[in-house]
Amino acid sequence: MIELRNISKSFSGRMILSGVSTCFEKGHINLVIGGSGSGKTVLMKCMVGLVEIDDGELLYDKKMFSGLSRAERKPFRQEIGMVFQGGALFDSLTVEQNVMFPLNMFTDLSIQDKRERVNFCLKRVNLEKVNQLSPSELSGGMKKRVAIARAIAPNPSYLFCDEPNSGLDPKTSIVIDNLIKEITEEFNITTIVNTHDMNSVLEIGDKIIFLHQGKKWWEGTVNDILQTDNQELNDFIFASKLAKGVKQKYGKN
Amino acid sequence: MNWLFHLGRYWMFIKEMLSRPEKLSIYWKQLLRELDNFGYGSLGIVALTSVFMGAVITIQTVYNLVNPLVPMSAVGIVARDSIILEFSPTMMSLVLAGKIGSSIASEIGTMRVTEQIDAIEIMGINSASYLSLPKVVAAILIFPFVVIISMFLGIFGGWIAGTLAGVISSADYINGIQDSFVPFNIVFALIKTVTFAFLITSVAAYHGYHTEGGALEVGQSSTNAVVYSSILILVFDYILTQLILT
Repeated sequence: MIELRNISKSFSGRMILSGVSTCFEKGHINLVIGGSGSGKTVLMKCMVGLVEIDDGELLYDKKMFSGLSRAERKPFRQEIGMVFQGGALFDSLTVEQNVMFPLNMFTDLSIQDKRERVNFCLKRVNLEKVNQLSPSELSGGMKKRVAIARAIAPNPSYLFCDEPNSGLDPKTSIVIDNLIKEITEEFNITTIVNTHDMNSVLEIGDKIIFLHQGKKWWEGTVNDILQTDNQELNDFIFASKLAKGVKQKYGKN
Repeated sequence: MNWLFHLGRYWMFIKEMLSRPEKLSIYWKQLLRELDNFGYGSLGIVALTSVFMGAVITIQTVYNLVNPLVPMSAVGIVARDSIILEFSPTMMSLVLAGKIGSSIASEIGTMRVTEQIDAIEIMGINSASYLSLPKVVAAILIFPFVVIISMFLGIFGGWIAGTLAGVISSADYINGIQDSFVPFNIVFALIKTVTFAFLITSVAAYHGYHTEGGALEVGQSSTNAVVYSSILILVFDYILTQLILT
């Protein structure tokens, strides 16, 4: 479980996040949605400690994370897996070396055991016979899947995905969504996903946070979204004709 | 005051880079890769530059030697000392700043803009140290060997050019390069080389590490790395010469 208490962050006097409080439950997919510039990525970077918060508190399973030094955060970091928007695979390493990277750094497993773990993770994301390929030889969807394999290789307790569907076709997006959902349930991980993809919102979101102008504007479930009369949220979610149709059919008009 | 900001941030970066590595075995593999990259990978350009540099120094020295009272072996002395004291350590370092400095800055800069450095940080790894320390150590270890090879090839190039052009006899040149040899000059050249190796790699890594933006900024970081490390090489060349040789 990850708890945010009144998180605020500004850059050069410009407020990006203002008093964001929420709680992300274990074993659930927690979606953070919002328009471009609403503060989603900054919020995620604050949560993983890549950006320091100005104000507020951040707790991982009731243990304070914000305000800790780099050394004090080390045990937390090894529990965190992150899938970046572009995959962030290491260009100079093969797929196998990419997935093995965190295992090399933090475990004393034998090379045989590490290979087995790599093969298990790659198989889990439906990738086989790609071990010796370099990231440049992979398609966008395959890169995302390798990034997920790398993120789950050290058995993390928390999985962060920053727009995992960006740049993917609708069919591959569904594959990635389902994969994240299965992994979250199978390994009982606290998963937080930043997304613009409305299909993800409606398909895999257990809990949804809507950020608007750096503030938590709305919070609820998929069913709540269909019923809500929050103007900004409706404008964002049901912007397309197709989505408006869904709202008219299943939701409150 | 911008330079003060960079100076402060550079020192913070060096401090972070020199902090205790997470796992030495990983750094060892990286170090071996960089040694091969910086050493073997630079030999071609170093050999070519050194041979022609020695050839030009020898021919120009002969051309300027108009006093009949000065023996022709003086050409060998001038060529040897110019190559050992200045051309091999300084010019080769400037060449390597262009080749290796730009490569380090663009490699690390690309990793920054594609979030690969963030991915390393997320795992709890000190990215400044992981990415830069093996490069800095490899350069400090391998550059002296590269410069010694450059000295040999420079002097050899001078002999080849001088004798082939018929401007100096082989005996005069060889007598010259053996005459009044000061072994400390080699030590001085290597002290300069080690200093330049640290400057080239650390300045390039610093510029790459602090790249912000996209492809355009990666190019700018690469250019800045070469420009600033070249300036620092010239400044430190003067400082070290002043401190050690006077």
